[in-house]
Amino acid sequence: MIVDIISTALFMIGCLLGLTGAWGLLSFPDFYTRVHAASITDTLCAACFVSGLMLQTGWSLVTVKLLMVLLLLWLTSPASSHALVRAAHHAGLRAMTWSFLGDRS
Amino acid sequence: MVLAITIGALLAIMLLALARALAGPKVYDRILAMNMFGTKTVLLIAVYGIFTDSPSLVDLSIFYALINFIGVIAVLKFIERVEEYDEVVER
Repeated sequence: MIVDIISTALFMIGCLLGLTGAWGLLSFPDFYTRVHAASITDTLCAACFVSGLMLQTGWSLVTVKLLMVLLLLWLTSPASSHALVRAAHHAGLRAMTWSFLGDRS
Repeated sequence: MVLAITIGALLAIMLLALARALAGPKVYDRILAMNMFGTKTVLLIAVYGIFTDSPSLVDLSIFYALINFIGVIAVLKFIERVEEYDEVVER
């Protein structure tokens, strides 16, 4: 019973993180801020979901497969974000220099 | 009930990522949105597989995670070559 409660809580946290990441992806002004919003939740939201799933499946081969999924996501997501930002920077896309605080920052 | 909420939230996230892909001014926003879309598809397949007692879907999500990464790198490689030739992105 406890396991179900914990996994449900993990799912809810994962959903919230994912939604905030997607909302950040939409509402941030510049490309580099959007990369920050999207790639943070990629790893954290995936961790919440997969750990919630692992609780559901208990000690079995499926749990090991889920662990593989998590490890893969944790390794490939930062790598692809890094490659993306490096390619964008190389192609001449410069980060915005002004900030919301104007000249007071 | 939990399945409905999680799958609904995942689909909503994918929809928002698609919105960014459509609206994205530059090609890099689109690649970023597709990268996020792919990661959420991985989670969607895993969640659906576990909740409907068909654990073989988890193998699919492992495979999809790899393909998503390779796809992003391939598109970046393609974009990088095109940029050098006709200097599309303004300096």
